[in-house]
Amino acid sequence: MHVIKASGLYKRYGNTVAVNNISFTVERGVIFGFLGPNGAGKSTTQRILTGVTKPDAGVVEIASYNLSRQPLKAREVAGVVPEMANVYVDLSAWENLMFVGEVYGVGKKKRAERAAAMLEVFGLFEKRHLRAKGFSKGMKQRLLLCMALMGDPEVLFLDEPTSGLDVQSTLIIRELIRDYNRQGKTIFLTTHNIEEANQLCDLVAIINRGELIVVDRPENLRKTFTSLQTVEVAFQPQFISPDLLKKTDVTKRFKKQGDKYIFYTEHPGQVIFSITELCRSEGVDILSLQTLRPSLENVFLDVTGKLNESGGKENDR
Amino acid sequence: MIAEVYLHLMITLQRSLAIAKKNARIYYLKPPVLIFGLLFPSFMFLAFSIGRTINPAELVPALLGMTILFAASSVGPLITPWERQAGTYERLLTIPVSSWHIVVGDVGSSFVYGLLISLLSLFLGICIFNAGPAYPIAFILVMFLSVCCFSALGAAMAALPTDQLSNVMMLSSLIRLPMIFISGVFVPLKELPLWGQVIARISPLSYTMDLVRWSFGNPLYFNKLTSCFMLIGFTLFFLYLAHIAHRQANRIF
Ligand SMILES: Nc1ncnc2c1ncn2[C@@H]1O[C@H](COP(=O)(O)OP(=O)(O)OP(=O)(O)O)[C@@H](O)[C@H]1O
Ligand SMILES: [Mg+2]
Repeated sequence: MHVIKASGLYKRYGNTVAVNNISFTVERGVIFGFLGPNGAGKSTTQRILTGVTKPDAGVVEIASYNLSRQPLKAREVAGVVPEMANVYVDLSAWENLMFVGEVYGVGKKKRAERAAAMLEVFGLFEKRHLRAKGFSKGMKQRLLLCMALMGDPEVLFLDEPTSGLDVQSTLIIRELIRDYNRQGKTIFLTTHNIEEANQLCDLVAIINRGELIVVDRPENLRKTFTSLQTVEVAFQPQFISPDLLKKTDVTKRFKKQGDKYIFYTEHPGQVIFSITELCRSEGVDILSLQTLRPSLENVFLDVTGKLNESGGKENDR
Repeated sequence: MIAEVYLHLMITLQRSLAIAKKNARIYYLKPPVLIFGLLFPSFMFLAFSIGRTINPAELVPALLGMTILFAASSVGPLITPWERQAGTYERLLTIPVSSWHIVVGDVGSSFVYGLLISLLSLFLGICIFNAGPAYPIAFILVMFLSVCCFSALGAAMAALPTDQLSNVMMLSSLIRLPMIFISGVFVPLKELPLWGQVIARISPLSYTMDLVRWSFGNPLYFNKLTSCFMLIGFTLFFLYLAHIAHRQANRIF
């Protein structure tokens, strides 16, 4: 069953097309990563999916409710952590949760039970009666997540839930996302953190300048982009003239990163042959050499056209 | 069918109540509410109670009319801009509440606040000036209608699409202060020049003032029923404005 179905979403602000004809579906029980660089249109898409922003064109269905025709029904099955949102800082953590619980129509007893259990998990139980004004960013973010979960939603929309948080808060939140997913719930996770997407998501969509570029499993993305396998070499002496490296002829795509050189190639074996040959003829030693599968990060940089940009330094070093 | 309507009504009530309680907890004690809703009317009372020899049956209705206006419309304008600025409004749009739920909740919390302060000032009027309404039930009814109307006015002002609190506070003063002067608060309507009497008709406060005066035993200027209907009409109009504005709210995102 489709829990999220977006068809032909389009939104422009003045001359900027923030979201350009985006369509996708998310099945029940999937953690769907929505990945893209700053300004790609991730948050705008989430705002459209959660009914905050009206798209100029396109249709959204949440758990088979049409968002524009049955907005309340659609929102009842969704829990949202928006990008710039805040908790009510004049209310305590407890009051924040009770408010949301009442709106979702959770019974009084159930409300208290659920809130207590969640605050316990998030390490906020002792502070539940303090005003949220004094909470740290991480505590507020955790409380926001509790609020999103208060209605026991079918689908959770999270806009960069771990951005700017310390390791501990991040881990708690990631663990909770996995936990909630294990109960068969669907999660729409907006992020620009590739490692997070890699660790959490069943499916990843990459969006750039408002356009959806690919939707696939992280593993498949890596497999498809075989030209992004890398050979990482540390030479002794450390520096080697680019002209010499260009002579290897196997790959023109390489860059220096730290004290190592990184070669992108579809055929790592051939690169290794040419490098060893070059080293032998030039009297250069190899300190270390390893081949790596394409990382999700490189896939991401490649499809968003950033790989060659950042590698502007690639060839002309 | 009836069950459905009942269910729908209960859900509306429940969600609006949740919003109203949240508003009461957060906004009743905010400085702008205290200044306009509590201090301002109190100062009026004090200012007039010292060394004046105006007939209390004339003075107290004027004070009550102003109190009702300012108390009832002090919470409403604050809520939405405050929430936009604090970043809580976007989440309010993602939870299952409609713009009607928000409007009813906002007006509800303004209403309770306005009613409490108005009752308090009625009490003050009786204690300080020894002047109570001649028709108490009628007065309570008028107070009820008027507090409703000005709460709705407050909610409509709040819906100005801005996140700048100062813009809304300015607008709300720009609307409320002139209202005092065109509504026959200090000078009874029949003593105004003709153009004044015409302008007075576009201000809901005129009808409130006329009815309050009447409940204190003064002669009527408008027809009783007409005034009540005008107040109800203004209330519906303001509610509609607030509703429209909340529906347009997502324009700013
Ligand atoms: N309310 C708005 N008014 C005008 N332009 C907007 C508005 N919201 C978004 N935009 C524009 O739409 C584009 C996409 O913005 P969006 O916030 O969706 O990006 P994002 O992918 O979430 O970026 P980030 O990673 O920085 O959060 C940007 O160019 C932005 O300037
Ligand atoms: Mg964003």
